[in-house]
Amino acid sequence: MHMHKFEKIWLIFGFGALLVFLTVIGVSAFYLGNQPPSCLATIDPEKVDTTAPFDKPGLKKVEGKEWDYELVFVASAFSYSPARVEVPLGAKVKVIATSKDVMHGFQAAGTNVNMMLEPGYISEVVTTFKNPGEFLIVCNEYCGVGHHMMHSMIEVVE
Amino acid sequence: MNIQAKLKVDPRDGKLAMAHFYVFIVALAIGGLAGLLQTFVRSGKFELPFGIGYYQLLTLHGVVLALVMTTFFIMGFLHAVVSKTAGTYTNRQRTLGWISFALLTIGTIMAAIMILLNEASVLYTFYAPLQAHAVFYIGLTLVVVGSWVGSAAVFMKYGEWRKANPGQSSPLLTFMAVITLMMWDIATIGVATTVLFQILPWSLGLVETINVGLSRTLFWYFGHPLVYFWLLPAYMVWYAVIPKIIGGKIFSDSLARLSFVLLLFFSIPVGLHHQLVEPGIDPAWKFIQVILTFLVVIPSLMTAFSLFATFESYGRSKGAKGLFGWFKKLPWGDARFTIPFIGMLGFIPGGAGGIVNASHQMNQLVHNTIWITGHFHMTVAFAVILTFYGVAYWLIPHLTGRILTKKMNKLAMIQGITWTIGMLFMSTSMHIQGLLGGPRRSAFSDYGGSAQAAEWVPYQIAQAVGGSILFISIILMIYVFINLAFFAPKGEQEFPVGEVAKGAEKTPLVFDNWKLWLGISAILIVFAYTLPLIDLIQNAPPGSKGFKLW
Amino acid sequence: MAKTELNRKIDTETEVEDSTNLKGTLASVMILGAILIITWVGLYMLFLSR
Repeated sequence: MHMHKFEKIWLIFGFGALLVFLTVIGVSAFYLGNQPPSCLATIDPEKVDTTAPFDKPGLKKVEGKEWDYELVFVASAFSYSPARVEVPLGAKVKVIATSKDVMHGFQAAGTNVNMMLEPGYISEVVTTFKNPGEFLIVCNEYCGVGHHMMHSMIEVVE
Repeated sequence: MNIQAKLKVDPRDGKLAMAHFYVFIVALAIGGLAGLLQTFVRSGKFELPFGIGYYQLLTLHGVVLALVMTTFFIMGFLHAVVSKTAGTYTNRQRTLGWISFALLTIGTIMAAIMILLNEASVLYTFYAPLQAHAVFYIGLTLVVVGSWVGSAAVFMKYGEWRKANPGQSSPLLTFMAVITLMMWDIATIGVATTVLFQILPWSLGLVETINVGLSRTLFWYFGHPLVYFWLLPAYMVWYAVIPKIIGGKIFSDSLARLSFVLLLFFSIPVGLHHQLVEPGIDPAWKFIQVILTFLVVIPSLMTAFSLFATFESYGRSKGAKGLFGWFKKLPWGDARFTIPFIGMLGFIPGGAGGIVNASHQMNQLVHNTIWITGHFHMTVAFAVILTFYGVAYWLIPHLTGRILTKKMNKLAMIQGITWTIGMLFMSTSMHIQGLLGGPRRSAFSDYGGSAQAAEWVPYQIAQAVGGSILFISIILMIYVFINLAFFAPKGEQEFPVGEVAKGAEKTPLVFDNWKLWLGISAILIVFAYTLPLIDLIQNAPPGSKGFKLW
Repeated sequence: MAKTELNRKIDTETEVEDSTNLKGTLASVMILGAILIITWVGLYMLFLSR
């Protein structure tokens, strides 16, 4: 099969660009730990309220871990618990969340905190809140008639 | 070259294809109206009358456009293309075509009734554990089975052609139709498995709970190739029809086939890139599928080169000079070329956005934001649909024995350009709003008076403006369609089938070696999916009961 | 089945296609490549800044 010289140049260039992209995100994910939220822990979706840490939603200071705080959220149609929470500026926070019923989304608008909540699974992401202000948490996976009413608020305070 | 390639599609096969196109235009009208109303609701200035739910409407929009309109157009187009390039269907093949059409239609009606009764407001992705009425799932199953029966007709025709023409390379368009349907058939196994073995027993009450993670993964095993099922027919037109329309040649028959084979390989084992921010799947497997997703970019890079090369070669043969002089020589007044060409250009930002979406952790920027909605409206509802419009302008009159008049051509241009303007408005504002955090699939909300949500409103109004312009384009399209189907002057409208240049390299016969292609495809799928699926089954949490939250 | 032999003999070797002037094509795809890279790098920066 014959290929024009320019097409070879183009494909080598394109392949090279894709390889660079993959290397950047691969190194970032596997060496620096910036993986997409992929916690493999499970939970009984009908016993969320009585299973730690979801029996006490909200912000908790922790010691001896790679992060300073744990922020626990429980999602159910059509609300999050807690409905509002204050987080200190610059704190390294592990957000831990799960769903009691159907699929929900969990996105803090304007940040990289964006993950699916799936009944039976725990979703986790570690993040540092670098900027002060209010960050709206929205449900971004359709969950029923009140989907667009489902929200919470993280206030990053100094 | 090929004796059986007829000048005209046999009228009996034409009827079969036209039946599909009638459903296509009705689906476009209904789905488009739903889309218009959604953009109105999201502007915050309008409420739906008669107790219609926003999510009911959104389900209708998604099912009718993403599943029904596309499938009907594509099946009709493929029947016509195969009948034209591989020869008239035998009675048996045509009967299969009609059985397929009947199944598609019955399935569609069943699903539509359940949506209208508000028994299935689960959106077109029907994620468990939201639970619709069983009839909705049965209807969607019939749509899938119908497409299998239709693809059987195409495969039989192809086999017949090969037997009658030993040692010859199959007609390019027929070859591409076979690849498209093979990919579709392999992909739909995933959705059929979750519906038949998980969702249906659960929605009928035979089992109490469902494995949500497994069901989603089987859905997305199908969900990504679904978008390639939309794209491949557009690529068929770009590679093998557009060159004839402009009066040029296919750049390379072999490279066109090679890119289709690569699309078959890499469009399926990549579904996890829709589940990048989901728990329950190991990030290493996510990344492996991210790599495979990046490989599916390669055939599209090849396609871009081939198309530009076809255009430049044609322009230079007409005496064009300089680096871009050939651009001016293209037939800009011809809607059959110009409208699909705009679609090709739209696929550039569409593809660029797609690479971002698939970039592993970067998916957190955009996942389930309205950026994604903007993205697939740029790809399928712009690049692909403009190409389908471009096909309709000549294929409908070809099949009905009429012609595209100069006046209709002008109206078709206006229609396509209106669509372009509307979609640029809508898709651009969706992309920006998505980066600001605006969620997809959501009715209007001020989110408790949040300042961030207030920033989104101007973009939502821009989407309503775009939606309105798009709806005007749909009305024009319906007018053009009806004219071409029933009222245009009788005559012979050409069915353009591209040819390679004289003395071009002979296409290697290896391309018709299906054992090889299907074997490689199967290996890739088994590699990419076996362990993630085992993991989802073995380490499954307690199952979920069904919920009806609408 | 002997028919297959016929095609094998025909030797339609490729004409030297590299002589075809495809400068404009190369320029066009490179513009396309630049759009892909700018989009990706821009959004990666946004990802890092958040």
